[in-house]
Amino acid sequence: MSQSESTPKKTQIATGDRAILPKGAKTIPIFIMGKQYEVPETLTIMKAMEFAGFQFLRGAGCRGGICGACPTVYRMPNDYKIHFGLACQTVVEADMYLAQIPFYPANRAVYKLEDIEARPDMINALYPELFRCVACNNCTKACPMNVDVLGYISALKQGDIARAAEISFDCIQCGMCASRCMGEIPQYHIAQLARRMYGKYIMPKAEHLQKRVDEINAGKYDGLLEKLQKMSHEELEKLYKEREREPDLAPNGTWVPQDAQYL
Amino acid sequence: MGYTPELKELIKRVEATRPKRLEMARKGENFPALTLEERAVVLEKFHPDYQKEGRRPVKTGPDKGLVLPEEVAMLLESRSMLRPEHVKLDKVDFDTDVLVIGAGGAGNSAALLAADAGCKVIMVTKLRHGDANTMMAEGGIQAAVHECDSPFYHYMDTIGGGHFTNQPDLVATLSHDAPLSINWLEGLGMMFNKHPDGRLVSRHFGGSSRKRMNSAGDMTGAEIMRVLRDEARSRSDQISTIEFTPAVELLIDEEGKCGGAILYNMETREFFICRAKATIIATGGNGRLHIKGFACTNHYGATMDGVVLCYRAGVGTTCMWSTQYHPTGVSYPEQNVGLLITEKVRGLGAHVLNVEGEQFCFPLEPRDVESAEIIKEALEVGKAVLTPTGRYGVWLDSPMIDMLHGEGTVRRELPAKFIQFERHGIDISKEPMLVYPTLHYQNGGIAIDGDCRTVIPGLYSAGECTGGVHGENRLMGNSLQDVITFGRRAGIVAAQYVNSGVEVKKLTMDHVVKYEKELAEAGVENPVVAPILLPDYSTDEVASRRLLQVQGMLEAE
Ligand SMILES: Cc1cc2nc3c(=O)[nH]c(=O)nc-3n(C[C@H](O)[C@H](O)[C@H](O)COP(=O)(O)OP(=O)(O)OC[C@H]3O[C@@H](n4cnc5c(N)ncnc54)[C@H](O)[C@@H]3O)c2cc1C
Ligand code: SF4
Ligand code: SF4
Ligand code: FES
Repeated sequence: MSQSESTPKKTQIATGDRAILPKGAKTIPIFIMGKQYEVPETLTIMKAMEFAGFQFLRGAGCRGGICGACPTVYRMPNDYKIHFGLACQTVVEADMYLAQIPFYPANRAVYKLEDIEARPDMINALYPELFRCVACNNCTKACPMNVDVLGYISALKQGDIARAAEISFDCIQCGMCASRCMGEIPQYHIAQLARRMYGKYIMPKAEHLQKRVDEINAGKYDGLLEKLQKMSHEELEKLYKEREREPDLAPNGTWVPQDAQYL
Repeated sequence: MGYTPELKELIKRVEATRPKRLEMARKGENFPALTLEERAVVLEKFHPDYQKEGRRPVKTGPDKGLVLPEEVAMLLESRSMLRPEHVKLDKVDFDTDVLVIGAGGAGNSAALLAADAGCKVIMVTKLRHGDANTMMAEGGIQAAVHECDSPFYHYMDTIGGGHFTNQPDLVATLSHDAPLSINWLEGLGMMFNKHPDGRLVSRHFGGSSRKRMNSAGDMTGAEIMRVLRDEARSRSDQISTIEFTPAVELLIDEEGKCGGAILYNMETREFFICRAKATIIATGGNGRLHIKGFACTNHYGATMDGVVLCYRAGVGTTCMWSTQYHPTGVSYPEQNVGLLITEKVRGLGAHVLNVEGEQFCFPLEPRDVESAEIIKEALEVGKAVLTPTGRYGVWLDSPMIDMLHGEGTVRRELPAKFIQFERHGIDISKEPMLVYPTLHYQNGGIAIDGDCRTVIPGLYSAGECTGGVHGENRLMGNSLQDVITFGRRAGIVAAQYVNSGVEVKKLTMDHVVKYEKELAEAGVENPVVAPILLPDYSTDEVASRRLLQVQGMLEAE
């Protein structure tokens, strides 16, 4: 589907992510949306699909298990169970029956963080469906990041924003939980709201940072930076070599350097 | 799955040499580091940036004559996917104050700050909102926030780390704004690692004089990206985000100002004219060009589009010859190939070993030197491991970490890596990892000044697609800071420009026509069509069957 397919000169720009198969590599059958393809074993679902000739538009992002673009559901022969995984992280198995779910609609409430407070009733008002949870745990079973989804939903129902924020921290917002939810709850959107409330209103503020910001805004470092920009290579190199190094074991905010003229 | 029997057999050699190496490590003895002279030799001979082969002068454009990697030069000598004579520029599909191209860390920061200043913003992105290198950053973000630190030391560390090749005004902006950026992110509800009293937890990193690396777990970039994306979504009254719709050409008005871009809906294959008073390029890096065939750590859409669009319009580059190779990318198992193994593993004491289980380099050389030594061991010495998928690898002896620092250290200090390997049946606290240098970061890029301005009025740029902030070598944690600092600046400065009263005149693609003429005159035959948007990983067999398709289809459009 890319424009380069149809251009006069086919350039093979990218080779680094193509599997280089050794002689005699074994292939296995997999079923991509019901259709059979022979692919080398040991590849991820993502690379196996590319090997088979698919070029992703949807369904591939980071290719490293952190963006949530590639959630995939699959079944194995003679097994009623549905399995979930990230296409970029899950290795193909013979006779796997798979489909990607690159997008799943989920309700996201409209809010402005600065206009709300970190209060459970605010979350409940924005997401009343929270209380439709029947604790079936389908969400947790579907989560490719092993996040305790039911755990953070329960914490929110109990009004514990901090706990929900901590439990949901590894969420990559892939949407698998929402796709399986009996209560039609957009879990990951609610978790995002909880984390931002936690980060902005509940976690203690970095006061030393505010002080530094005030100093910067008052122009404290402008002269120094101006001077640095005009410095010759030699002068810079000399200063660079003279830097003291903060000791590895000094707790943050405790060490006092000998030379304080540039602080 | 785990290691194959053959590899397991090789691991025995690593285990055989380990007791002795551990003893050395406990005594604080190291494999000797190279002298500055020896460094120069190994870099010259083996670092991809220094090799003549695979590099050549670019034949056209503002940087004509500059020696660049073949993959980069070829894309700069590319032609448009559009035929200018067929494009109707008077039919405007979108009209906005600020057009932001790219929705990673830099793009979202720019969009938010431009919106704060009252502008209407359209943010277009190639994949989903947030599918970006920003999402992938693990380690952290620099800012001089503690009392023992200051923008002065941030400046010093950065320019020294870049071998004094950085652009001074950009380094000054970076170190000046960094604490402001962190403060902004904190206010948006980002969950930074903090001490109980709210003080930021900050660490040392390669090349630091002060502990300046701030983080959010081991997914700092993902946390930044999630928060910015959520905030941009909350501001949908002012910011419209259009996914799967990259910009494929800039539009320049008859006065020479940038007046927006042509957008391409990759799903419906439609082109749209977007007129904008100011345009901000924030398209990220170029890892997916796989320079010299190296694997990469980057996201799927890192194909250097922004540099290509700007170059054609007459905007030159800074430090574009320089690419950061991270010495330790995964080379086995296949499913993790190219992914980053953080510097921290070596920082915690893991040795780098050849197929015999012997050390051949000091494990904490600067990134470029370490990479060159590993490549040398594979190509010249011939003592690398060959993986079952035909890749080179050297051992990174991670089990040493628990042996040196106590059971459970690997799990505690490297949770994400531990899970990533465990998924594939490898316990990195007990078995070593196979690694090889991987393409990590586009050091150079679009030339800008400290306020993100390019040479074209109304055209701004920020983030990994620009060059000069890091010079020829970037320090860890400085690119996340780069994208927030310069993203914000770009938003502010673009909004000021818009608010000063800008009128976009008749739009043209004359720069494209002119550039393609220059290509022909320079004898560039069959230039590639770019931006390439996405890499193509189909096998030669599949590709050859596809070539039977009628050619030149898109050009008629
Ligand atoms: C694995 C990894 C680990 C890293 N770790 C760290 C770290 O610990 N600390 C640190 O400071 N840095 C780190 N970096 C580097 C840092 O993450 C990136 O340099 C930075 O986030 C780049 O941000 P950006 O906004 O410039 O680009 P990106 O975040 O890549 O965003 C670019 C956006 O532009 C879009 N785009 C591309 N082309 C077009 C087009 N033609 N039209 C429209 N949109 C387009 C992309 O789809 C994407 O959304 C790491 C990078 C990687 C890959
Ligand atoms: S919690 Fe839901 S959205 Fe988040 S990673 Fe798990 S399944 Fe995906
Ligand atoms: S899937 Fe929905 S209903 Fe079931 S436990 Fe999870 S949140 Fe509750
Ligand atoms: S592509 Fe990002 S998680 Fe798989």
